[in-house]
Amino acid sequence: MDTLIAQLQRQFRDYTISLYHQGFLDDQFTELKKLQDECSPDFVAEVVTLFFEDCEKLISNMARALDQTGNVDFKLVGSSVHQLKGSSSSVGAKRVKGLCITLKECCDTQNYEGCVRCLQQVDIEYKTLKAKLQDLFNLEQQIVQAGGRIPQVDI
Amino acid sequence: MSRDQIAEELPNLAESKLTALVVDDSFVNQTIHQKLLNRLGIENDVVTNGKEAVDVYCSGRNYDLILMDMDMPIMNGIQATKRLREMGIESKIAGVTTRANEGEKQEFMEAGLNDFQEKPLTISKLLSILHKLNFYVQT
Repeated sequence: MDTLIAQLQRQFRDYTISLYHQGFLDDQFTELKKLQDECSPDFVAEVVTLFFEDCEKLISNMARALDQTGNVDFKLVGSSVHQLKGSSSSVGAKRVKGLCITLKECCDTQNYEGCVRCLQQVDIEYKTLKAKLQDLFNLEQQIVQAGGRIPQVDI
Repeated sequence: MSRDQIAEELPNLAESKLTALVVDDSFVNQTIHQKLLNRLGIENDVVTNGKEAVDVYCSGRNYDLILMDMDMPIMNGIQATKRLREMGIESKIAGVTTRANEGEKQEFMEAGLNDFQEKPLTISKLLSILHKLNFYVQT
């Protein structure tokens, strides 16, 4: 019969794999995990926290710009989405990055409805990822609290 | 990559005491780039735009390597690279950017870069920069 630790480790492994397979995360997230060590045991959590702060700030900037109907500063929206695309790429947030690419295209063609729709999707997507990563970090904590080690997951 | 593996790739890196300056306006990228450099034992500082990079050099500081982002407010990577070269700065400058089209890459290289890597940076890409720029002690 599986111990609690083994069960948690299996859950952690399965959940991690599902995040990659469903396209939420890509290889760059794996690269971040490689950088986490005894000197910085919360490195990944710290970086993704910065990313989610970026999301909040930049999405808010873009929403404000798009609210100026008839006088939308598409250049501002474009530069904000470029920044968001950069940081989503840096943390391996694959779906968010993909939506940023689409949003940039809408911006470049000054497609107002497209921008509004896409921005809403970016907002939903980053919040979904945030919740999923929180679940993942909670699982890690549970494993450690139960006295186990966080398994290395090969994708 | 473990420290042993890194030591194999770059012998004597630990003894070389390299220094680097991270020039990037994104906190996410600053954090990642600093961690990558720390992992390789490279002392580093960070500034948030090209003007701060120029100011740091004007204040007399010097670095072996600069990791220069392209898009930054106030002074971007292209302008900062040109300015540093005009000042006679010979530090190795590696451009790091998500912009990958040939025209933009060419413009950045012509500003005075020694190397160019597409973001996001990883340990392998940073090692590639260090290899290319001959950052290891020849025995």
